Amino acid sequence: MAVKDYIRDRFFPHIWCPGCGHGIVMNGMLRAIDKLGLSKNEIVMVSGIGCSARITGYLDFHTMHTLHGRALAFATGVKMSRPELTLIAPMGDGDALAIGGNHFIHAARRNIDMTAIIMNNRTYGMTGGQFSPLSGYGIYASTAPYMNIDHDFDVAQLALAAGATFVARTTTYHVKQITDFIKKAILHEGFSVVEILSQCPTYFGRKNKMGDAVDLMEFYKNNTTPIGSDAKKENPDLVERGIFVEKELPEYCNEYDKIIDRAKKG
Amino acid sequence: MEETIKFVQGNEACVEGALYAGLTFFAGYPITPSTEIAEHLSQRLPAIGGKFLQMEDEIASMCAIIGASLTGKKVMTTTSGPGFSLMQEALGYAIMAEIPCVVVNVQRGGPSTGNPTAVSQGDVGQALYGTHGDHAIIALTASTTQDAFDMTIEAFNLAETYRTPVILMFDEVLGHTREKITIPKKGAVPLVDRFRTSVKQGVDYRPYLPREDGRLPMSDFGGVHRYNVTGLVHDMWGFPSNNPKVVASLLRHLMDKINNNVYKIARYKEYYLEDARTILISYGSSARSALHVVENRRRRGERLGLLELQTLWPFPFGLIRDKCANARYVAVVELNMGQIVQAVKMVLPSEKVFLINRYDGIFISPTDIKNHLRLIHGRGV
Repeated sequence: MAVKDYIRDRFFPHIWCPGCGHGIVMNGMLRAIDKLGLSKNEIVMVSGIGCSARITGYLDFHTMHTLHGRALAFATGVKMSRPELTLIAPMGDGDALAIGGNHFIHAARRNIDMTAIIMNNRTYGMTGGQFSPLSGYGIYASTAPYMNIDHDFDVAQLALAAGATFVARTTTYHVKQITDFIKKAILHEGFSVVEILSQCPTYFGRKNKMGDAVDLMEFYKNNTTPIGSDAKKENPDLVERGIFVEKELPEYCNEYDKIIDRAKKG
Repeated sequence: MEETIKFVQGNEACVEGALYAGLTFFAGYPITPSTEIAEHLSQRLPAIGGKFLQMEDEIASMCAIIGASLTGKKVMTTTSGPGFSLMQEALGYAIMAEIPCVVVNVQRGGPSTGNPTAVSQGDVGQALYGTHGDHAIIALTASTTQDAFDMTIEAFNLAETYRTPVILMFDEVLGHTREKITIPKKGAVPLVDRFRTSVKQGVDYRPYLPREDGRLPMSDFGGVHRYNVTGLVHDMWGFPSNNPKVVASLLRHLMDKINNNVYKIARYKEYYLEDARTILISYGSSARSALHVVENRRRRGERLGLLELQTLWPFPFGLIRDKCANARYVAVVELNMGQIVQAVKMVLPSEKVFLINRYDGIFISPTDIKNHLRLIHGRGV
């Protein structure tokens, strides 16, 4: 199918600003779904609140636009009721890791079969560019006019520690990697996380004098490196891209089926 | 299944009622004094192939049951005061997206952590006004263990009928009182099942287009129809809209589908109201003490009656007006600082409405009520 066949075109134009990275993520995700040959009826997409969360409305799947930070909790209810469905939760960085941080670590801990896509633009775009938990020290934002003193954390390391069994990271510059990683994440049985650095030229770029969308994507190109590269050893500030973990562990819905068997045996 | 008799707590009666009504999905978080409901369901649900989830908090619990309900399951969560506060945002989502679910609040003393092991009816107002924005809600209660069973079934039926969350406002005394219950044989109590659309696959299904009677047929999420669900104001396809006409008609619909059916939703019991000069209005466990006083005084020939409310919201204003028209005194017996008495005062002359209450964590006794009545009747302390 063509990418446009997955889109609800009557709900366009979309709300994203010119130069926003979220459209690139959506495109990459649809190509992954297309390559996997999944039918539209097999996919449930659950999002929270924010620029990233609007992705659900534009796509012709079973879509649920829920509460800020709570996408994974709603998705858990859907998945446990209908384990045969493919669950994808596109989330923003503030959505997934500030207000939704608790749900994120516990979904990872359960290893429930769903794919969390974190579109990390290091800001709250929809409300006008406030700092997020992933903005990082020294960044300027509409609520950090003198400089942000909050430290960020590494989403991939957090997901690993919490128990996610597939964790990958890439950027909107590395667009083919988006498709490749999301494809692998969907195929993976267990909780999978794909963090995608996605530019916000309107707020993050402007507030930090980092230029337009092209400049921000060049920043991703120049400041990221494959996992374990020599460049990383020479410059520890580089952000690593690639698959951090991909391992088989018992999946939550399957484990629950065992509980049902035990209960039925009395 | 034949009729069975059990000797159980109110909380267990709620479990029996939920399973009788067809519960297959539960998500919750431990909190006193509701926890027995979760404990029993963790044993019972998997045995029938259902799902029991203990989530990371009450917010996640409420969200998970909403997700599961959308796929076509009958769902429930249970909590108490602080957890009920945490559920309010998602409760609003279920109201806005019109997703049936049952929320049990076994009330304890508040505000905040409050008086966790003590009885209270302090969340009655929160059940109506807890989530933000204009909306209507259905909230039921019960005074006996048998009623806890019956009203739990009722809650599931109303949730499916009106496509809405229904709140069961139980309290600590009810939850922990052991009594005999009779579980009728299967089929003896009518159950309302999910009202599903007859629209075929491939035909444009409009999830938020009400029929003339206000009901909206559902399609199991993840099934043959693909549609959008959102907490934003939405049009008939479930797509966000801020068109003033769409906003106004959606809010009107959410309010009217419940408030216009207040007579159908009202559940109550009445005792000796016909000639009553003094009427007690009560609900939940406190109605038991009120009934004791009424029966005691009737034996002495005093014209005392009891109106026990089992539906708290939408508030049955008309019922109160009709039943209390000829009474000289109306006293509301409740375990809070006066939450239902305010609603009663909206339909009756305030000079004849009194409040008989306790809010110190001690259950109100018949003696407490008698002492208040002496004052109300002008017989001194």
